[in-house]
Amino acid sequence: MIEGAVWRKWVFFYIPLAAFVFLLLFPFYWMIITAVRPDAELYRPWNAPNYAPFWTANPTLEHIRYLLEETLFSTWMLNTMIIALVSTLISLVCGVFAGYALARLNFPFAGGLGTGIFVTYLVPQTLLFIPLSDIVRNFRLGDTPWALILTYPTFLIPFCTWLMMGYFKAIPKELEECARIDGASRFKAMLYIILPIAVPGILSAGIFAFTLSWNEFIYALVFLSSPEQKTVPVGVTSELIRGDVFFWGPLMAGALLGSIPVALVYSFFVEHYVAGLTGSVKG
Amino acid sequence: MSVTTTAALRAPEAAGRGRLKGLFEDERRLAFALLFPTMLLLGLFIAYPFVKGVMLSLTNAKVGEPGEWVGLANFAKIWNDAIFRTAVWNTFWYTAVTTVFKLALGLWLAVLLNRHFRGKAFVRAFILLPFIIPTVLSTFAWKWMFDPTFSVLNWSFYKLGLIGGRINWLGDPDLAMASVMIVNIWRGVPFYAISLLAGLQTISPELHEAAAIDGARPWQRFWHVTWPLLLPVTMVVVLFSVIQTFADFQLVYVLTGGGPANATHLFATYAYQIAIGTGLLSEGAAISLAMFPVLFLVVVVQLLYIRRVETR
Repeated sequence: MIEGAVWRKWVFFYIPLAAFVFLLLFPFYWMIITAVRPDAELYRPWNAPNYAPFWTANPTLEHIRYLLEETLFSTWMLNTMIIALVSTLISLVCGVFAGYALARLNFPFAGGLGTGIFVTYLVPQTLLFIPLSDIVRNFRLGDTPWALILTYPTFLIPFCTWLMMGYFKAIPKELEECARIDGASRFKAMLYIILPIAVPGILSAGIFAFTLSWNEFIYALVFLSSPEQKTVPVGVTSELIRGDVFFWGPLMAGALLGSIPVALVYSFFVEHYVAGLTGSVKG
Repeated sequence: MSVTTTAALRAPEAAGRGRLKGLFEDERRLAFALLFPTMLLLGLFIAYPFVKGVMLSLTNAKVGEPGEWVGLANFAKIWNDAIFRTAVWNTFWYTAVTTVFKLALGLWLAVLLNRHFRGKAFVRAFILLPFIIPTVLSTFAWKWMFDPTFSVLNWSFYKLGLIGGRINWLGDPDLAMASVMIVNIWRGVPFYAISLLAGLQTISPELHEAAAIDGARPWQRFWHVTWPLLLPVTMVVVLFSVIQTFADFQLVYVLTGGGPANATHLFATYAYQIAIGTGLLSEGAAISLAMFPVLFLVVVVQLLYIRRVETR
């Protein structure tokens, strides 16, 4: 796309790309460096003569130790992990079933239901969190992991369904018909013939759902109140700040460690994640 | 049709092997069974709360008090509430400005990434990090970078000679909104870039070559070949992101909490403050329901657009 002199390549390609990468990643570098910087350096005003922002000569694990030993951080990690895994699993089962039904079966109102599920995908959590907090309390789910395990699927199922629908539609009908002629029931044909082919789609949907539930904030903030029930984003926000005092070292250490599970899952399945992301948008 | 007849013919045989199996040979029953869990969860936690939210907004319920029917009093009250009006204005402004920047920068980045270069897969993977790392956690990194006393941004701009004194990023009412927007754009650009890149990759390079042979300059090729073909994906990505941005909560909650002096409230953060902070559930429900007409409009546009593209 860019032809001609070498300088043009630099001006129109390498420099802008490097700028993007730098700006997009700098906050993470800042997170890491803050997490290992001793307090004495951390709270040195920016206009102090010995302010050295980009490096530290005395890295410390003190903030991480504080986080793991003096706070409930490991409990929050465990909570978040359980909630994210279970709600992802529920959403995958529901999404696969619903996606299959909408892509393959003839029944009344199929089109309307498909549209309905798509519309719920676009309902933001902030529209419903107030009545939902009431409902969660009435169902006696308040302050338990179930409050989130059961509500997260509301924003995970719709895109799982849409993603799976796309996958199922792409699988030729003949495959299934062959199995049915050989005497397999509809359900068995779906389970043993279609599902194995759709594994990449299921993986994409699952990874995307996992990162979304790990990221969720407002439901967790409103539905949970005891410190030992909280998820990582809420725990870090509410327990590492006392009034106006921010404990920046532990906060950044928490942000760093709290990001690791998602980052790991993501790094192993980048391609699946990207497929899930673009698939979820295209619907 | 032939499928249903074979199913019907086989029904007695299946019933012999087990009632359950025979039950699901019928397409409608199987569809119902497969959709039931989804319908149950969406009904209980989307449809029911929506109805309940509407009812709630028409009462004067507080936390722990069911309240009485008050009609549209809550809506009348927020209509005359100066902070609510600021929040409405902020939300529209926030959505408009960030969407323009996210689209422009995202498109630029997508075009850059659409070339072949060494380490491309690596760069693409890293670039998505702002989008996948939990928003609240990365926003804290920004809050720390914006800290008036310890800000690395102030230090950098000062050393570069761009500023003479300190900038109070989140403490100044005008700057605070801009700061929140910067973080939103930072988080959103990768999403736009990767989605648009997926769109760009479906455009055949031969079209570009043909245009180039016909003498089209790079900019003309982009404008007359790439852009029209990219438009459907762009539309969906933009509408999608508009909904998310319009209903945003986390960024403002973490960065400013709606302050200074309520200057950065959005619908969602103000609803949270009123409903959870002060316990006026019904008024909070009314504030978040006030988002509904706009969201509804965007969803309708999106549905119509998707339908048009699909039938084309």
